[in-house]
Amino acid sequence: MTDSSDHLRQVAADLIKRAKAHGVTSADVLVAEGDSVSVQVRLSAVDRLSKAREKSLGIRVFFGKRSASTSTSDFTPKSLDQLVADTCTLAKAVAEDESSGLPDAEAMASDHPDLDLFDPTTLTMDEEISLARRAEDAAMAVDARITNSEGADCGYGNGLVVLANTHGFLDSHRSSRFSLSVTPIAVDEENGGGMQRDSWYAVKRKFSELDTPESIGQIAAQRTIRRLGAKKVSTQRVPVIFDTETAESLLGHLASGVSGYALYKGASFLMGQLGKRIAPDFVSVEDDGRMVGGLGSRPFDGEGLATRKNIILENGVLSSYLLDTYSGRKLGMPSTGNAARSIGENPSVSTTNFFLRPGTTSPKDIIASVKQGLYVTELIGFGVNMVTGDYSRGASGFWIENGELAYPVEEVTIAGNLKQIYEQIEVIGNDLEFRGRMASPTVKIAQMTVAGN
Amino acid sequence: MEQQVVDLAHFSLHESEIQHALGRVKVKDVDYADIYIESTIAESVSMEEGIVKRAVKSISQGAGVRATAGEKTGFAYSDELSKRDLEIAADTARYIANSPQGETPIAVTHRPKLSQNLYPIDKPNTEIATQDRIDLLNVIDAEARKYDTRITKVMASFNTEQKIIMVATSDGLLVGDIQPLSRLQVTCIAEEGTNRQVGSYGGGGRIGFSFYQEENRAREYAHEAARQAILNLSAVDAPAGVMPVVLAGGWPGILLHEAIGHGLEADFNRRKTSAFCSLMGQRVASDVCTIVDDGTLPSRRGSLNIDDEGTPTTRTVLIEDGILRGYITDRLNARLMGIPLTGNGRREDFRSIVLPRMTNTFMLAGQSDPDDIIGSVKNGLYAASFGGGQVDITNGKFVFSASEAYLIEDGKITKPVKGATLIGSGPDILKQVSMVGHDLKLDSGIGTCGKEGQSVPVGVGLPTIRIDEITVGGTSAR
Repeated sequence: MTDSSDHLRQVAADLIKRAKAHGVTSADVLVAEGDSVSVQVRLSAVDRLSKAREKSLGIRVFFGKRSASTSTSDFTPKSLDQLVADTCTLAKAVAEDESSGLPDAEAMASDHPDLDLFDPTTLTMDEEISLARRAEDAAMAVDARITNSEGADCGYGNGLVVLANTHGFLDSHRSSRFSLSVTPIAVDEENGGGMQRDSWYAVKRKFSELDTPESIGQIAAQRTIRRLGAKKVSTQRVPVIFDTETAESLLGHLASGVSGYALYKGASFLMGQLGKRIAPDFVSVEDDGRMVGGLGSRPFDGEGLATRKNIILENGVLSSYLLDTYSGRKLGMPSTGNAARSIGENPSVSTTNFFLRPGTTSPKDIIASVKQGLYVTELIGFGVNMVTGDYSRGASGFWIENGELAYPVEEVTIAGNLKQIYEQIEVIGNDLEFRGRMASPTVKIAQMTVAGN
Repeated sequence: MEQQVVDLAHFSLHESEIQHALGRVKVKDVDYADIYIESTIAESVSMEEGIVKRAVKSISQGAGVRATAGEKTGFAYSDELSKRDLEIAADTARYIANSPQGETPIAVTHRPKLSQNLYPIDKPNTEIATQDRIDLLNVIDAEARKYDTRITKVMASFNTEQKIIMVATSDGLLVGDIQPLSRLQVTCIAEEGTNRQVGSYGGGGRIGFSFYQEENRAREYAHEAARQAILNLSAVDAPAGVMPVVLAGGWPGILLHEAIGHGLEADFNRRKTSAFCSLMGQRVASDVCTIVDDGTLPSRRGSLNIDDEGTPTTRTVLIEDGILRGYITDRLNARLMGIPLTGNGRREDFRSIVLPRMTNTFMLAGQSDPDDIIGSVKNGLYAASFGGGQVDITNGKFVFSASEAYLIEDGKITKPVKGATLIGSGPDILKQVSMVGHDLKLDSGIGTCGKEGQSVPVGVGLPTIRIDEITVGGTSAR
């Protein structure tokens, strides 16, 4: 393991040296490599096997206030010489940008905590086939109406990222991920043969923490079966409860709205809201870049700044944006350590581990609090306008009657405006569980427009 | 224009290396194997706050090796094109067959000349000067701001890509293509007091840079984005509920892509996971609807001389006079289902597996006058432009979101409304189409389709149509 890390660090340091030889004011370099193995099993038979090893590097150079970025997967000295020369030419062609540049030298991350992001376990194709098969078999066994499947996927990957810049920063981190998912299909022969699919999954940094294939398969099957016989409801304004999976998307819109890039471009519905109340006082949202074992954790961000915990919403008040150095400079604020980086791209902003603090009410009690309303379990489409907050998406889930889930619902939309949706959060569940980089408990919104018949 | 020939030398590969790797993977239990070699140079410049401050360029190269046996696919890729890397990939792909490596090289003797040259370009994208790209964006900025003083922010980007591919198959085929692609995108924000609205427009295709300079296109794109942003300043709440909807021609054809197209991709039908899987030969649309997928339209974003399996693209009739006629296929699914190969085997890049994907999907023109179509609606919605859409192919439910829409009152287009999502059921929605205009229009070249995490460029098209009943997801209940 140390071998490839040392080698990539050498590549990064060498590229910085090449850039300096071209007279750059400053530069940074990102080098990454990764291995992955994934399989798909469908109806117990192997459907797809895939294996890869890849690497790439990106460089960003500055000439004064001008900059450009490039990337390649060809690490030969000849190619790297050409890449640096091309990047310099490109940088000299664009306009000066007062806010551009690396972070200040003294701001670079100086600590490197062990966040437990790497598990050296490797999975062979046969092991993955077995896990996927067990998950799908478990799903198929739950109910006779599950007669088909889109398959079960098992995947394993690890990656190494090295970041270096002309301030002398040079650091790397390694991470791994293991995933398992299954998507069964149920047919409702008794009621006209309608088909439904749903899925369940797990993603973990450590193999030992992955849920059992049987539990993933069983949940996937239950989620699919319960959708059979879904119907439309009439158009009306009612309370809407988002389950943990769909509530996460409401958090995602909040994250987009507080992204420094959306804000300085004037493209966020949350412009001018910093320090103001945007939700009830029991609503708090955090972004924690150093959660041990977190899928969004990293010791340093895409510019080499230390990651940290930021409170985004504190008791309903918008208390922090998500910023990198550039968007921070545009807004007159320091970076919050949220720079994300794709190879060969300028930094952008992303969440790390972003979550809504749980409340104390169980999901069952939240549903019990609604006389007539919609419990949403899936959202589709892109009907969210980030500039205005206008929101209209396709939804499916369950109709609530007198505090209980009465029947499945599909082909309806739910609509409102994100500003009002956040203001109208009425209850937050006690069921926070991290299944990805973003996590939310169940959330109840007082009123939204449901459009159907 | 003379068509440029792609050969293995471009990738510093020798024929014997390819033949050897093919032989290694194509053992007895493997039905078919192929090697896809790709090199892509992508460049992007973007502008905001009146200056072009971002310039990026990426170079990627690699090969994907695939073997299929029955329904099984083995796949591996490498970003190195050495003999050793091809061998490792071949051995991994062969893993599905559980048999030792093949020793006999497979000759790739079938080297057809491309039967079509859909994107003749005099100057490759990679040779456009950075300054020319920057000048183009500066024109956009000036034009958008000139359109209306309430336009406060203008963002624009220009992306180009030059992709060179070669496909070598166990059938002995060796064929390559050079695939240019570019796109210009403009977004404007308009402000009036506390009211802030956004408008976007763009276009492109497999075309040369001069396309953007001709016919005042840069100006048209800027004005169109600005017009939409200004229009939205006066938009009222969208209605909610079931109503007649008139779709304008062009980009609203995304309805066909979501509601019909995905459900007719062969993989979902072979697996019987599509809501359309038992409807072949049956009525799935009103008799005024004929829908095709056509990868052979010159210069279009969704067009290809050959697909990513080396098959020349074709025009496939999906629905004819309302009856379901055809599926969109790649080699694997055409073989397993025993149906025609339509040249729709596509992949995002060498890292991705081939899937049956759409190219340009559109409805043929009908007989009605567009004004009569609008005039036929007493109370409803006129949707002129859309954002994205999505479908659940299993239950057939799809959505797509209007970005420019108006109320129709007493047969006339009246107030603009805020964006609303339209939701319906794929196998039912086209039965609700009662009028089809004579004004077929293809989109301006902005579509990107996502499937299993892979993005590929696509086109859509539509004449003006009337849908008698569809659910509109606004906030204003009637």
